[in-house]
Amino acid sequence: MKKLSARRRHPLAALVVLLFALATTGGLYAAFAPAGNAQADSSQSLQIEQGKKLFAVGCSSCHALSGEGTKDGPTLVGVGSASVDFQVGTGRMPAQQPGAQIPAKKVIYTQDEINELAAYVASLGAGPSIPTSDQYAAGDVAKGGELFRTNCAQCHNFAGSGGALSEGKYAPSLDGVSAKHLYEAMLTGPQNMPSFPNSTLSTQNKQDIIAYVQHTTDPAKNPSFGGLTLGALGPVTEGLFGWIFALGALIGIAIWIAARTPKAKKS
Amino acid sequence: MTTHAEPTAVGDHDDHQVGHSEAGVDQAHLGEKAADWVDGRLGIYGLAKANLRKIFPDHWSFMLGEICLYSFIIIILTGVYLTLFFTPSMGEVVYHGSYTPLNGIRMSEAYKSTLDISFDVRGGLLIRQIHHWAAIVFVAAMLVHMMRVFFTGAFRKPREINWLFGFLLLFLGMFDGFMGYSLPDDLLSGTGIRFMEGAILSMPIVGTYIAMFLYGGQFPGNDIIPRFYTIHVLLIPGIMLGLLVAHLILVFYHKHTQFAGPGRTEKNVIGMPLMPVYMAKAGGFFFLVFGVIAMVSAIASVNPIWAYGPYRPDQVSTDAQPDWYMGFSEGLIRIMPGWEIRAFGHTLVLGVFIPLMIFGLVMIVIAAYPFLEGWITGDKREHHILDRPRNAPMRTAFGVAWIAEYGILLVAGGNDLFATHFNLSINTITWACRILFFVGPVIAFTITKRWCIGLQRRDRDKVLHGRETGTIKRLPHGEFIEVHEQLSPEALHTITAHEQFQPMELPAEVDENGVKRKVSLLTKTRARLSQSYFGEAAQIPKPTPEEHAEITSGHGHH
Repeated sequence: MKKLSARRRHPLAALVVLLFALATTGGLYAAFAPAGNAQADSSQSLQIEQGKKLFAVGCSSCHALSGEGTKDGPTLVGVGSASVDFQVGTGRMPAQQPGAQIPAKKVIYTQDEINELAAYVASLGAGPSIPTSDQYAAGDVAKGGELFRTNCAQCHNFAGSGGALSEGKYAPSLDGVSAKHLYEAMLTGPQNMPSFPNSTLSTQNKQDIIAYVQHTTDPAKNPSFGGLTLGALGPVTEGLFGWIFALGALIGIAIWIAARTPKAKKS
Repeated sequence: MTTHAEPTAVGDHDDHQVGHSEAGVDQAHLGEKAADWVDGRLGIYGLAKANLRKIFPDHWSFMLGEICLYSFIIIILTGVYLTLFFTPSMGEVVYHGSYTPLNGIRMSEAYKSTLDISFDVRGGLLIRQIHHWAAIVFVAAMLVHMMRVFFTGAFRKPREINWLFGFLLLFLGMFDGFMGYSLPDDLLSGTGIRFMEGAILSMPIVGTYIAMFLYGGQFPGNDIIPRFYTIHVLLIPGIMLGLLVAHLILVFYHKHTQFAGPGRTEKNVIGMPLMPVYMAKAGGFFFLVFGVIAMVSAIASVNPIWAYGPYRPDQVSTDAQPDWYMGFSEGLIRIMPGWEIRAFGHTLVLGVFIPLMIFGLVMIVIAAYPFLEGWITGDKREHHILDRPRNAPMRTAFGVAWIAEYGILLVAGGNDLFATHFNLSINTITWACRILFFVGPVIAFTITKRWCIGLQRRDRDKVLHGRETGTIKRLPHGEFIEVHEQLSPEALHTITAHEQFQPMELPAEVDENGVKRKVSLLTKTRARLSQSYFGEAAQIPKPTPEEHAEITSGHGHH
C-alpha cells in the first residue's frame, strides 16, 4: 500500500487508473452483456425497440443516442434502412477506428439484428429502404457493362478491381459483393461513393450493372482467357511482370549461356 | 565448316550443269555444288571467309542486344499474323460474336476484329499476347542493353553513331509500341490516344494544327486508327529494320568491344569465332528467347481488351496507364501541378506542356551524352576496351541518376496502384514524387559517385596489399594478422588496365607577355566539368608499378 501511495502522483498514474478502469468495465461488460441472440419478431414496433437497444450499444457512441450524429459520425436521420443494411451488413459499421475510409470487415451482427437496427434507423426519418430480392435480380450483362464503364469504372476499374481516391480513400474491389449490397450501395452512395438514385440509374439499370459485376468477378462465368490476370489492374502490373519474369528469365539465360563457354585463352 | 571447298572464281561454272546434278551424288558433293552455284551469283565465299571466323568476345552482358534483336523478330513474325485478321477501321458495327458479355454493343471494326482475333481465330489470343509481351520485353531489353553500353563506356569513339542508332531504335520502339496498343480501339487505348491529343494540343501555336492534321479533324474522328495502323505496321517498323541492319553492320565494322584482360588491347579482339561458336549460341538463344516469351504469353494475360470494353469518349476506367515504356510520361503528367496561363485569348496549358518538354529532355539526354563526354574529355582516340563503371565515377553516377529519375517517374505514373496496394494516400505519394523528382537524382548521383570511388580505393588496396585470404595467423609475440595473398599477374593487369585522364587545366590567366588572356565561358565550363570528371575527387590514382614493387618487396611489413 505504501508503494502505491508513494507513486500516486507519478505522471503516468492517471493513465494507469484509466487503463484499469477501462479494462474493468470492458471485462464486466463482456461477462454480463446479453448474448446476441435476439429473437426475430415480425412485429414492427418490437423490431424498432430491439433495434434501438442494439443501436444504443453499438452505434450511439458516434451517431449519438437517437441517431442525430456527433462530430465522429453523421446523422442517421433520413438515411433509410438500405444504408444500414449495407454498412452493417458488409461489416463497415460499427467502425473500428476513424480514418479516411471505413473498410469492410467481419460482420458482427446477424441479419435479424441488422434488420432491427435498420428498422430503428428507418423510424428516425424516411429514406431508401432495403430492396426486395426481385429488385436486385440480375439483368443484362452487356447492357450492364456499358453502364458500368460509364458510371463505375472510373473509380472501381474496368473489372471491378477497385482503385485509389484522394487522401487515402479508395473505391473497394467489387469481388464477392452480394447483389443486395451492390444495389444498396448504388442506391445510398455509402462513404465516398456518389449515390445513384432511381432518377439517375433506374432499377433496371442497377440490375444490369449487378449482372455485369457478378459476371465479371466470377471466375466460373468469366474465366481469365489470357492466363493470369495479374490483378486485372491494367498495364502497370503487366510491365512489372514483364520486367521481372520475362526479361529476368532472359537475362538469367544469357548469363547461363555465357557461363557455358570455356574462357578464351590467349594462344 | 567444310574443309574441302575450293575457292572458285565467279563465272567458272556452267550453271546449267550444276543446276541439274545427276542422282546418286553424295550429299557433301551436292552441297558443294549448291554452294558453288550460290557463290557464282552472290560471292558468298568471300563474305564467309571474311566474316565466319569473325571473333566475338564473351560476356553475358554482350547478349542483351541479342534479346532485343530476337524479340524484334518475334514481334514482326507475330505482327504479320495479326495483320491477316485485323481490320483497321473505325466504322461502327454491332457485336454479335463469341464473347457474349459484349453482345449487342456498338463498337468499331478495329475493336471487333481484335475480339475476333482473341476468341475466334485459331491461336489468335496466344499470338496477340506473344506480340504484346515481346513488345514489353523488346523495349525493356533495349533499355538494359543501352545501360550496359553506357556504363561500360562502349559509346565512345568510334561508336557514337551506333549509339545514336540504338537511341533511335529505343525511341521508335516506344512510339511503335504506343501505336500498337492504341490500335484495338478499346477503352484503355482510346484513353491513351486522347492523352496524346491533349499533349499535342498543349503545344503553343502549332498544337491545334498538328492535332487536326493527325486526327483528320476533331477527336476522335474516323482516321486515327487507320493512320496509326499504317505508321505502326509499315512506316516505323521499316525505319527500325533499316536502323537495325545499320546497327549490326556497324557492330561488325567496328568489331565488338571487350573488357580489359591479359592480352587484350585496343587493336585486337579476344574471344570465339562467329562460326561455329556464336552461330550455335545465338541460334540457340533465339529459340530460348522465343520460348520464354511464348511461355510468359501462355501463362499471363496482357492487354485483355475484352475486359476494357470498346472505346467511347464518355467512358473511362481507373488504372488507365500506358505500357511501362510510356509510364514515365504518365508520371510526369501526374506529378505536374495543373498550371495554366491565360493571355490574349489563348491558353497555355503548362500543366501538360512542361511535362511534354521534360519528356523530350529525358530522352534527348540519352542521345546527347556521348557527345557531351567526348567534349569534356577532348579524347579523339578510338576505344575498344570497356571501362569498368567504377573507373568512370561521374559517368556512372550520371547514369544512375538518370535511372533514379526514370524510376521515380514510373512510380509517379502508377501512384494510384501504390496507394491502394500499400495503403497510402495518393496525395502523399504524389508529393513524395514531386520532391524526389528534384532530390532523388542528386542523392543517387552522390551515393553512386562515392561508391565508385570506394571501389577504386578497394582496387588500389588489392593491388598493393593483395587479397584478404581469411586466414588468420598468430605471430610468436601474440599478434594476430590476416594473411594477404598477392593477386595473380592476370588479375593485377585486369584491375589496373584502365587509363586515368588528367583533368583539363585552364591556361594561365596571363600569357608570357603579361597580357590578360581571354578565356571563354565555354572553355571555363569545360575545364570545370573536366575537373569534376577527372580531378582528385573523382579518381583514386591507380598504383604505379614502382609503388607496387616497393610495397611487395617489403615482405609484408606494411
